[in-house]
Amino acid sequence: MSSVLKFPPTLKNNSLLSRWVNFDQEGVVVLRTGKVELGQGILTAIAQMGAEELDICMSRVRILPVRTPISPSEASTTGSRSIQEGGEAMRFACAEVKAIFLSAASKLWGVPAEAIQIKNGSFLVPNKPELTALSYWSLKDQVSLEVHASGKVQPKHYTQYRVVGRSEQRLDLKAKITGAAFLHDIELPGMLHARMVRPPSFHARLLFVDKAPTLAMHGIIKVLHQASLLGVIAEREEIAIQAAELLSKSCTWSQTECLPDENDLGNYLRQQSSDKEVLSEVKSEIKSSTQDRTISSFYTRPYLSHASIGPSCALAWWREDALEVWSHSQSIYALRDEIAKLLDLPKEFVIANHADGSGCYGHNGADDVTFDAALLAECVKGTPVRVQWMREEEFNWSPMGPAMALKINARVSSEGRVLEWDQQIWGNRHISRPGRRPEPGLLSAWLRDESLKPPPPVDMPIEMGGGSQRNAVPYYEFPNKYVLNHATLTTPIRSSALRSLGAYLNVFSIESFMDELAWEVGVDPVSFRISHLSDPRAVAVIESVVAKAKWSPGQNMPDSEGIGIAFARYKNIGNYAAVIAHVVVSEFVKVKKIYASIDCGCVINPDGVINQCEGGIIQVLSWCLKEKLNFDRTQITTKNWENYPILRFSEVPLIDIELINRPECESLGVGEGVTGPTAAAVANAIFNVLKVRVRDLPMNQENILKAINSSSSIA
Amino acid sequence: MTMSTPPTIRLNVNQQIHEVCADAQTPLLYVLRNDLKLKGTKFGCGLGQCGACNVLIDGRVTQSCNTPLWDCENKEILTIESFASPEGEFNSLQKAFEEEQAIQCGYCVSGVLISAQALLNKKPNPSDDEIFTALDGNLCRCGTHIRFIRAIKKVIAQGKKSI
Repeated sequence: MSSVLKFPPTLKNNSLLSRWVNFDQEGVVVLRTGKVELGQGILTAIAQMGAEELDICMSRVRILPVRTPISPSEASTTGSRSIQEGGEAMRFACAEVKAIFLSAASKLWGVPAEAIQIKNGSFLVPNKPELTALSYWSLKDQVSLEVHASGKVQPKHYTQYRVVGRSEQRLDLKAKITGAAFLHDIELPGMLHARMVRPPSFHARLLFVDKAPTLAMHGIIKVLHQASLLGVIAEREEIAIQAAELLSKSCTWSQTECLPDENDLGNYLRQQSSDKEVLSEVKSEIKSSTQDRTISSFYTRPYLSHASIGPSCALAWWREDALEVWSHSQSIYALRDEIAKLLDLPKEFVIANHADGSGCYGHNGADDVTFDAALLAECVKGTPVRVQWMREEEFNWSPMGPAMALKINARVSSEGRVLEWDQQIWGNRHISRPGRRPEPGLLSAWLRDESLKPPPPVDMPIEMGGGSQRNAVPYYEFPNKYVLNHATLTTPIRSSALRSLGAYLNVFSIESFMDELAWEVGVDPVSFRISHLSDPRAVAVIESVVAKAKWSPGQNMPDSEGIGIAFARYKNIGNYAAVIAHVVVSEFVKVKKIYASIDCGCVINPDGVINQCEGGIIQVLSWCLKEKLNFDRTQITTKNWENYPILRFSEVPLIDIELINRPECESLGVGEGVTGPTAAAVANAIFNVLKVRVRDLPMNQENILKAINSSSSIA
Repeated sequence: MTMSTPPTIRLNVNQQIHEVCADAQTPLLYVLRNDLKLKGTKFGCGLGQCGACNVLIDGRVTQSCNTPLWDCENKEILTIESFASPEGEFNSLQKAFEEEQAIQCGYCVSGVLISAQALLNKKPNPSDDEIFTALDGNLCRCGTHIRFIRAIKKVIAQGKKSI
């Protein structure tokens, strides 16, 4: 841990300490963070970091969901950055709060602050039992937290940690295994129910609608109709659903064929005009030899759905004093701003509350449905409205993780040194969250005003983790390394951030290709990787997973079974993950076991980290073995779980995860790091069995057969 | 359009009789959530494909999103809210889920608990394959599967029957 204090930026921007911490309730500390719970356990981890600094047990900590007027604004909950941003801010805020209380106790008792200890919120001086009892709660009226953080109070040294580093129980678990715990379950007084009616495809326009039959239904309150935007409000939820179905049948739409061939996305992407961006250019003089091998491979991924189990939901209540919304958005502040802008309201008039939703793994329909709720609430001012998307809506209208293509050419020496690496990437940029562009990023904004067009997605700068370019530059040391991104300018399918963004295909490709190179020169893939790495932490995770899986070169296995390895450092600046997959190949690929070693620096909650890694591994196995969004030339044809199968219980492997805790190092978020390595480890294990490289995702029967056929035709 | 008032339907939910005024075709899910305020049962797909809306009807796992009210009369319906005691004490399965920290987002978890409880009620000592078969109708997107299975096996190992 660095001795130079780094004032966490989100604390600096929300420096009033009372925003973060209060002791208003006897015996309880209430924390407020700007980060939101997505199922990743972040509120528990941030609460641990706060409790640690305050010397309070977790049983006394309450951590509240974001409410825009009073919570600290910490931008979005994305990119596995919440521990580094929100956790660090909470750590520093609580360290300052404790210092203020210690100073007050020191004055009252006439002892130096350093002599005072805090045990679960009570203050004491060893060997001085005669001092009157003090605690955060007894002192709270004598201190003011209406002061600004200085950024100069040193939080605890890791050797003093008692709460951080322990597998504390998830604070939200009890409510979630007993019943109502979600935004979806909130009941507001006199609440009405609504459903939207969507066009058959993204560019379809409403030509005609007959609203009369719908309005004549019993229990219908209102039909919302602005340009191509339609919705219904009813007294009862099932009536709203029936009414939306009826209204949908009463619409005539214009449609155009404007989608690419879903089976030829690699070529399609390469033909699109693009912004070109050189991501890495390392050049050295190298001697070439006739023994060198040059190989080239091409990889693709399809569009993927976020595929939340619960379709997106929101509530809105337009009162005289405020428009209040409840959302499971990851960008709660930007969403508030965008709703205010679109409805021409002062920002302060809109209050956005976060409430837990169904796991989203990125930018799904959460933001869009909140704007839907606001528009519906405008039709019935004074009465709250709840709207939930239907299954088909979630599959067709929430943004997709975008398709990508990637080509690598490399030259490798007969001794197993990569001499040249030349890589190109094609695909649109990855982030369309609200607030990232001046133009509105919310679905119904474009449907209700056809002069507005969806803005093209953006990427973060690569130094901040990128988007399409995330993990595009191999973490390996090569004397010549050239990486070029073709950020395509067309967005045929609405797309935005899906867990790990571009890292999924970038790492899949790089790690498949490293394996291919190692095989070409007859070097064990583990030592081949290690010989190109200079970061000891990278080497350590690889060695750790190798030991865990008892990997040995030329390992004996039944003919139908194989193993493969892959590694990545997330964003090249985040957590380290090495994965070994053990697969059985028959008619389909079955993953038998996954081993993973993870280094995310100082671990806050070990079980929380393992839970996130297990989840990431299983989700990516589902992506890489099964998932692909289907569409024809006009519309998305994936409508429900039958068309979009995901991994089921009987298909889930055993998972064995090793955490390498480095308490002396910065904590690194862990939600996304396993995605790329897991997919590549599976591909490399399939090669181990079939001696065929599957380079088009998903690695389903169709793509494996295609790979077998193309490799035999080359031979 | 004028419509007659919907008929009253008697439902036995969590060992209590409720009288509900709703059309007989109404899927049970909306009545549980919006009339009886039992919000643990979730809407997932409305097509009986994901298991988020699972309840027990006469001991059998049933998707409440596509089960009409008329098919629920004179039957015993149990939802996730019946699992803990009135004092809030968890049943064995919930305890095991807590011990194994078996949630991520948790949206699917009440449906998973329903499927698992139905299995254990019928067969206290199921094989791995029987567990998978019982849960294959439940979709989980977060990848919590192995924790769910670990928790269920824990209950089996304890040899306890819950509810």
